[in-house]
Amino acid sequence: MVKDSAASDLLKNGSTGARPEERTETGGKNLTLLSKTDLEVLSSKAVSLRRDILTMIHNAASGHPGGSLSVIDILVILYYKVMRVDPLNPTDRERDRLVFSKGHACPALYAVLADRGFFPSAYLEQFRRLDSPLQGHPDMRKTPGVDFSTGSLGQGLSAANGMALAARLDGSPRRVYVVLGDGEIQEGQVWEAALTTAHYRLDNLTAFLDYNGLQIDGWVRDVKSLEPVAAKWKAFGWHVLECDGHDYALLLEAVQRARANRGAPTIIIAKTVKGKGVPFMENREEWHGTAPGKEDLARALSALQ
Amino acid sequence: MQETTATREAYGQALVELGRRYSEVVVLDADLSKSTRTALFAGEFPLRFFNLGISEADMMGTAAGLAASGYIPFASTFGVFATGRVYDQIRNSIAYPRLNVKIVATHTGITVGEDGASHQALEDIALMRVLPNMTVVAPADGYQTAQAVKAIAAYNGPVYLRLGRPKVPRVIPPELPFTLGKAQLLRPGRDLTLVAAGIMVGIALEAAALLQAEGLEAAVLNMHTIKPLDGDLLLQQAMRTGAVVTAEEHSIIGGLGGAVAELLGESYPVPVLRAGIRDIFGQSGTPEALMQKYGLTAQALVQLARAAVQMKSQNSKV
Repeated sequence: MVKDSAASDLLKNGSTGARPEERTETGGKNLTLLSKTDLEVLSSKAVSLRRDILTMIHNAASGHPGGSLSVIDILVILYYKVMRVDPLNPTDRERDRLVFSKGHACPALYAVLADRGFFPSAYLEQFRRLDSPLQGHPDMRKTPGVDFSTGSLGQGLSAANGMALAARLDGSPRRVYVVLGDGEIQEGQVWEAALTTAHYRLDNLTAFLDYNGLQIDGWVRDVKSLEPVAAKWKAFGWHVLECDGHDYALLLEAVQRARANRGAPTIIIAKTVKGKGVPFMENREEWHGTAPGKEDLARALSALQ
Repeated sequence: MQETTATREAYGQALVELGRRYSEVVVLDADLSKSTRTALFAGEFPLRFFNLGISEADMMGTAAGLAASGYIPFASTFGVFATGRVYDQIRNSIAYPRLNVKIVATHTGITVGEDGASHQALEDIALMRVLPNMTVVAPADGYQTAQAVKAIAAYNGPVYLRLGRPKVPRVIPPELPFTLGKAQLLRPGRDLTLVAAGIMVGIALEAAALLQAEGLEAAVLNMHTIKPLDGDLLLQQAMRTGAVVTAEEHSIIGGLGGAVAELLGESYPVPVLRAGIRDIFGQSGTPEALMQKYGLTAQALVQLARAAVQMKSQNSKV
């Protein structure tokens, strides 16, 4: 289930400074639910996208499989059920936007954008090659559908705030989504930006934390712990939701609750598994930035049916 | 009496004008709006002004997001905080995606004065100049600052505009048009060329007058746009005069002097002597005392000019 951290004691006693009337409506009303067919379609879509991710990284002989596999289900719910985007008009001013702040996991983003028709699937074979439209980290000037260039960690939330302020200045209902890595939020700029989102009450912005618990050098809790992470975001004035980041029904419910929340931004702390879907990659930091060879690719693809 | 204005004051006023004309102009600051004079814009357009507090990295990223959504953000703080402190944010979130962000730094150079080395940006031109897609502008006075603000707003791409703290005399003649990337020949001369930017333009003109008294005719080139450098006019002057002295309120490494030496070294080698801070940090003091101490005076330029002319005649004997 989606755990609504806004209902915790921290908020109730007012220690975060958030005003009670701005708390979320969480009655479960007006929520669009996923049908059994929807779930089947999304699940089979995700299997095929996971295969694309691994094939892409294998072909490039470099890239980041672990975080791509942990974040892909978040992108699936956003690009197939939530975001209003038009692949034929990728720079439409009124589109919803995604800042993919953990840019190294871009194989997941590229697989989704190709499948949605932002560019031909043949591009995926060019990932990380010379003169390719698909760079090693997202480049908004080279890849249709990429809303912001990322790669140097910690910078995406600031840019997303700028986009959310722009939407407000335009008087537009468009929304801004940002995907953060868990190791990424060790960067100080994220917390500068988190203050900004809350200060300007940017409730048109929703962040996802891809909380897979691993970074290059090992478990996040061992390298430099983020805990208690939900309490930190609450203390920064955010509306915080927590859910399983591989469960489409829960992810969709969380997004809808985020949209209904007024006066504060929402972060959805999505508990994920690094390498999700490929048993021998799951929860293994060595698959953060290593491309699968021929044999490993075959093993992985046989697990993804 | 000579008209004097701080370039930052001219910036604040020009921003308000710009705000009235273009609804897409927005302004960001990091808790220094009274000093950078963006407070003038904030007063008239409170909904288009964003104070990010003391978090310059976040300010640059926020500006990038606004630019990516079609706005024209001007982001201001002191030179040290507008460049080195936020280098990776400018590199990756602004310059690399070629976003239309105007970084306007006030309090650059040694004339920051009493605040001392921690606050004196002496390497900002070098840091910005080396970034692909970045345009670097250092106007000579308040009048030119107002012109430059309009010009960079009309240009689509990232710009670093370098302004200062103190009042500076008006040196740009009335009606002299400003074009990005086009240097201005403020004074013709046949013996050498003084190439200056920012507040050194006025000092170079003073030096040229002193040199004339001793029989040397110095041309004065206002290289207000340091990147892209106006290679055509620079080459033409180098060919005509055969010796160059550069003058900037900045390190002699990587700034205007570096740019001029790089270009001439590759296309028309002539003696190039550089006035500027000689690879050291600054210190506290009055702006006047510091300019004196670090050789940023008309007298110091005169000495370099004599030396450059002498080198030229030595070269021609070989």
